[in-house]
Amino acid sequence: MTRRLPTNFVIGGVLVALVVGTAALSLVWTPHNSTQMAISNKFAAPSSTYWLGTDQLGRDVVSQLMAGARNSMSVALIAVLMGGSIGVALGLMASAIGGWVEDGVMRLADLGFAFPALLFAIMLAAVFGPSLGNAVLAIAFINIPVFARVTRGAANQIWTLDYVSAARAAGMNRFAISRDHILPNIGAVIIVQATIEFAVAILAEAALSYLGLGAQPPAASWGRLLSEAQTLMYLAPQLAIYPGLCIVVAVLGFGLLGDGLRDMSEPRLRRER
Amino acid sequence: MGYFIFRRTVGFILTLLAVSVVVFAVMNVLPGDPALTILGMDATEDALAALREQLGLNEPLLTRYVNWVWNALQGDFGISHSFRVPVADLIVERLLMTVSLAVAGMVVTLILALGLGIGAAAQHRKFGDWGVMFLSQLGIAVPAFWLSMLLVLLFAVNLRWLPPGGFAGWSDPMAAIRSLILPTIALAVVQSAVLARVTRSAALEVMRQDFVRTARASGLSRRRVLWRHVLPNAMVPIVTIVGMQFASLVTGTIVIENVFYLPGLGRLIFQSISNRDLPTVQALVMLFAAIVVTANFVVDLLYVVIDPRLKARA
Repeated sequence: MTRRLPTNFVIGGVLVALVVGTAALSLVWTPHNSTQMAISNKFAAPSSTYWLGTDQLGRDVVSQLMAGARNSMSVALIAVLMGGSIGVALGLMASAIGGWVEDGVMRLADLGFAFPALLFAIMLAAVFGPSLGNAVLAIAFINIPVFARVTRGAANQIWTLDYVSAARAAGMNRFAISRDHILPNIGAVIIVQATIEFAVAILAEAALSYLGLGAQPPAASWGRLLSEAQTLMYLAPQLAIYPGLCIVVAVLGFGLLGDGLRDMSEPRLRRER
Repeated sequence: MGYFIFRRTVGFILTLLAVSVVVFAVMNVLPGDPALTILGMDATEDALAALREQLGLNEPLLTRYVNWVWNALQGDFGISHSFRVPVADLIVERLLMTVSLAVAGMVVTLILALGLGIGAAAQHRKFGDWGVMFLSQLGIAVPAFWLSMLLVLLFAVNLRWLPPGGFAGWSDPMAAIRSLILPTIALAVVQSAVLARVTRSAALEVMRQDFVRTARASGLSRRRVLWRHVLPNAMVPIVTIVGMQFASLVTGTIVIENVFYLPGLGRLIFQSISNRDLPTVQALVMLFAAIVVTANFVVDLLYVVIDPRLKARA
């Protein structure tokens, strides 16, 4: 008998495939150049040439949205990878050594929770000027405590198991045990968390770029497209719709996929739905 | 009990100190020269030296940090580079705006989230439940700033019922409330999406317990059992999430103020970034982070009030 996949996993998977596929496609092909302006052609209506029309500078909306998908995916990927790997390393270390090291790492993680990504991005922007790089750093930073906590919690459970005791008795050191026995066994938990954090990162990048702390013109970012559209709401309200829909599809996709993966990996913890 | 509060208070103060170290470090490790930023490129060397002396930039980093914390504790956050008035004055002028928005947002969030969450739990596995779950899933994925834009598009641009932004102060209360309606909705919808879920699952957890069945069996109405017995017992996870949401409430308020051009602290922080007004940014970031830390501290203490069982253990 084949087991039925959770609905959220299926819907999330389809949405994620759509967004990632679009981002990948934009690497090799967009209908038009996303930054190419043609003022004479501004606010063109949707047509077979411009599927969703053009913006205030005559740029093709579809091409911009595709470039926005690429921007969104790369920012989320880099930020989650950076913050995630540091966080996982800290969590593994805390769990392996225990004692004051564990306490210290967890107190640091608490501290990280006092700084939402926005506050961190604000500090970086005030000191070094706003840029996409600083936005990525800020998002990566808030991921560190999240992953450190999740990793430590999951790792502590594995450390109590018999085969870990056996490995220790056999003379393996804590580092080797963490690498060979702990990490592979908490992989599922980390992947679930990473998928959910991917959604959070997409939202954060959009908000930071909207506020001018992320992607700078002419780089296409869904958040930046929305901030441009806001000044044109009386003139071209449709421009304020599409980028927002893209964000919702992407965030919903990764969120549902993460929930679905968790349901599949921890059937016992499955919440009443 | 007393020991519990003591330990939490010490932890709270240490966290605040650590936060201040992080904020100070990030804002002051920059290679630039604040005096040059304020006076501009064509300032004379004498003027720069005088200003550096006045700002205390010649002092060692540690002295500057201690001075900053000491003065801040007495309500002195230094002088704003761009407005040339004390940062504390700037904050006081704008505090009411930000607090009004945050409080309104929080109140609407609680009403929406508790109502929808309990309602969904009562309707478990029926249409209402699915509807609430669907809406909250959607609410989590919608950026607050985009929701704001959609609200403006509908209620300000098309229907012309409400102003698209701005705030003229509380001297005309009706106008003030009208200006706050859209920002409050935008802030609350996103917040309550998460909270409604937590409320629902916490309520479901409680509803499975025997005393709920007993209460129903003893003839209490469904509604009375829900609000009188289920909700109070579901409060611990709900309050936890409310505390954790303070971080996103603070972030949300900053974002929403900028979407609706509301003259509060969130606008001020962005004006200060464009003016490279570091003392103001530093004070505001510290203030916002302190609010988040304080909220979490208060939540820790609230647990004891909500759940007397924790009192015995603590």
